[in-house]
Amino acid sequence: MTDAAIAPLLVTEQRGTTVTTEQWPVRILLIGVAVAFLVLFLFMPLAAVFVEAFRAGIGAYFAAITEPDALAAIRLTLLVAAIAVPANVVFGLAASWAIAKFEFTGKSVLNTLIDLPFSVSPVISGLIYVLLFGGQGYFGAFLHSENIQIIFALPGIVLATIFVTFPFVARELVPLMQEQGTQDEEAALSLGASGWKTFFKVTLPNIRWALLYGVVLCNARAMGEFGAVSVVSGHIRGKTNTMPLHVEILYNEYNFAAAFAVASLLALLALVTLVIKVALEWRYADQIAASRRH
Amino acid sequence: MTRLRSTLAAGAALILTTLTASAVFADTTLLNVSYDPTRELYKAVNEAFIKEWKAKTGETVAIEQSHGGSGKQARAVIDGLQADVVTLGLGGDIDVIVKAGKIKPDWQKRLANNSSPYTSTIVFLVRKGNPKGIKDWDDLVKKDVAVITPNPKTSGGARWNYLAAWAYADSKYGHSEDKDKEFIKDLYANVPVLDSGARGSTTTFAERGLGDVLIAWENEAFLAINELGADKFEIVVPSLSVKAEPPVAVVDEVVDSKGTRKVAEAYLNFLYTPEAQKIIAHNYYRPSDPKDADPKDLARFPDLKLVSIDDPLFGGWSKAQPKHFDDGGIFDQLYQPKSTN
Repeated sequence: MTDAAIAPLLVTEQRGTTVTTEQWPVRILLIGVAVAFLVLFLFMPLAAVFVEAFRAGIGAYFAAITEPDALAAIRLTLLVAAIAVPANVVFGLAASWAIAKFEFTGKSVLNTLIDLPFSVSPVISGLIYVLLFGGQGYFGAFLHSENIQIIFALPGIVLATIFVTFPFVARELVPLMQEQGTQDEEAALSLGASGWKTFFKVTLPNIRWALLYGVVLCNARAMGEFGAVSVVSGHIRGKTNTMPLHVEILYNEYNFAAAFAVASLLALLALVTLVIKVALEWRYADQIAASRRH
Repeated sequence: MTRLRSTLAAGAALILTTLTASAVFADTTLLNVSYDPTRELYKAVNEAFIKEWKAKTGETVAIEQSHGGSGKQARAVIDGLQADVVTLGLGGDIDVIVKAGKIKPDWQKRLANNSSPYTSTIVFLVRKGNPKGIKDWDDLVKKDVAVITPNPKTSGGARWNYLAAWAYADSKYGHSEDKDKEFIKDLYANVPVLDSGARGSTTTFAERGLGDVLIAWENEAFLAINELGADKFEIVVPSLSVKAEPPVAVVDEVVDSKGTRKVAEAYLNFLYTPEAQKIIAHNYYRPSDPKDADPKDLARFPDLKLVSIDDPLFGGWSKAQPKHFDDGGIFDQLYQPKSTN
């Protein structure tokens, strides 16, 4: 924690000179542009979803989200997120722990590989699983003889979702853990703590805010993923349609109010996780500052 | 003690029922993999079949639906989508599944009318009042007309659209293939965007407001008017079109491994019954056996000259598919994607 001692000095230094020397018209212009951009491209479309969702009335809204196919889609989406997010938390912790605390050959390769899903188009992410597990794929004949269905069923959807949400947790943790270094863990170990105890009492508290942030992002993407899931889903109504796919189907069936109703619910699920994050940040602001994480 | 145990058991049973309440309890589940515009049709057909099967055998059958572009759906079945039956947009797409060994080659002989329980044709949907004065196919190649049609590579309906235009050109310009090609080239030069499926094109035309005319399945055009308002669009019937036969088949490999052959075959046979034919006509498809359909529904179908895929001009899907639509075929030679619009 040597950096922590220097931090206050830096702050005082900054306070001495004015960083922003721009004139007020420039400031207003910049702020105006930023706000206008947000309203135009983020807030208005989001508001439009909710307006359209309630256009046919509140009764139609609830009818749309309690219809059996919609319920099945909601259940599937939550189930997929419930499997994919914990899997990526475990992976993200293991990977960032390895990268931040150890030196080993191939470390930079691992670090690069984590980013792979970000750079690959989601459609490709879906297609790789069709190539592997599809009827004509590498393992197709074996899976068929064993009567195991991966593509066009829950396992395929979960795999594709895990793939596209792979980097979220690790990407949040790696820089933080690298910055924090290994001193705290070394101290704990030298005082006789076991490996697990060190992890739960020292490492985890240090990274929990970054972890939470990673989980929120990972969850939002897991529930909202369209491209990769669309490729491996098979689009069976009431069975392999996740919420985003169900929205598309409803829209294509001229069922606009229902489409926007399910879309608003999906948006709401993502917003709820964001609100939880903001609320926790506000509640534990001091602790977050202490662990140097915004 | 026994009382406690039975209470616990009842509680557990209650929880279990609540958890699985929404799951459909069925003796058999069929998966019908279909093309884009049949959603409303099969919703109605399935309801009727489930009722009939229950009355006949006492068994509860559940039918799951998957919809998408016809070519894309065939691809998914080959890749392992466990379809008991396929009800696709054209025979060529079922032939592709045959090549992968999942359906026996004699599929088209198994059911009446080339295994097509309903037919349809290709018509135009224009904006109310027909501002561009579109009456027939040759109006679509005029310079100032924007045409919406899906991609023949992925959509079955789009291939029928293309063949209908070809048939028109052939009869009008004296059976010369060069003239036919020229006509098709001019037509597709007027297409600003090729969607992957018929429903996507309808949305592009109706919702996004692109184009002056949509070349569409007859049923799709009727449905668009029905759903989106007769005050916005009207149907224009060309002088000549194709007799589109969307066929159905049991996927042999799947039904034999799942043991669902009996129900799957009964399901497809049901499509030919008076009850189903009536539903078919009501959903804007032309029934193969019109005598049982509601005359009011039948009156909606205009009479026009129809060319079949088996006409010598096309020679069946086995000839038409490679000649026109496979990689390097006539469509690829003629179509240049637009960079503007």
